[in-house]
Amino acid sequence: MSTIEERVKKIVSEQLGVKLEDIQTSSSFVEDLGADSLDTVELVMALEEEFECEIPDEQAEKITTVQQAIDYVNSHLPA
Amino acid sequence: MLKEQVVLVTGASRGIGQAIARELARQGAKVAATATTVQGAEQIEKDLHAIHPECLGLVLDVRVPEAILQTVDAVKQHLGPISILVNNAGVTRDMLAVRMRDEEWDTVLDTNLKAVFQLSRAVLRDMMKARQGRIINIGSVVGSTGNGGQANYAAAKAGLVGLTKSLARELGSRGITVNCVAPGFIDTDMTRGLDIVQQQALLSSIPLGRLGQPEDIAQAVAYLASPGAAYVTGATLHVNGGMVMD
Repeated sequence: MSTIEERVKKIVSEQLGVKLEDIQTSSSFVEDLGADSLDTVELVMALEEEFECEIPDEQAEKITTVQQAIDYVNSHLPA
Repeated sequence: MLKEQVVLVTGASRGIGQAIARELARQGAKVAATATTVQGAEQIEKDLHAIHPECLGLVLDVRVPEAILQTVDAVKQHLGPISILVNNAGVTRDMLAVRMRDEEWDTVLDTNLKAVFQLSRAVLRDMMKARQGRIINIGSVVGSTGNGGQANYAAAKAGLVGLTKSLARELGSRGITVNCVAPGFIDTDMTRGLDIVQQQALLSSIPLGRLGQPEDIAQAVAYLASPGAAYVTGATLHVNGGMVMD
């Protein structure tokens, strides 16, 4: 069973077409990983699917780094 | 051919919408088509079933935002995620501007423009995920020329062109094309209200010398929905017998 961090990084890698080893938890989607605004929307859609949750738009806007995505999932995932 | 494509056509109980739904079903697409009444929806379903067994007739008033979401969900459940959206539903409330009431303005703008945005937004997620999709908006020649007595309708149809181009830019990178078909004067209930004198004046302004048929519009929509139109986006295809050229 992979950790949440691994799952998030895998999704980021698939969605943004970057290598897993190039993704740090501190990576910013736009500044470090080359995402455009539509990419970030799709990334949130993919996270919603992977973790079977719904991320409201105002929350989604605040998820700009890998760490923020991990934190969001950690605090909203059903225990 | 449009095999395996899932289409939603709004305003399909008669006229242009009906011709579009029939043509796309004939080309093998699974078509969901909407009417504003239960009776209309049943009629559509019966009509389309004769062409293709996997078709649906649904009730939708595009001015009700929740109904838009429910319709998109229903199509997804029964036929699969929508891959081709045809925004055809439209109304007129003709009146000289000086006497036009806000309500007449709002009804036309809400139905012919705002609902097109809402429907498009509702299908975009699935199209983005699929990395393909077609949105085809039915405009009007009066969106380009203006028309006395139709300030509301012409404004909505001109607005549709800006919406079409913006969505085309925003979604091109995801393989989604967004185009507009702008009919001229088509022989439907909407234009049958004209008197003989108006009809004659109209005909003399059309180089091809006849009103268009709903099928003329359906063929243009079928082209934009086809694989062959993959490189066309943000365009307005005028189908008006030459009455306006640009």
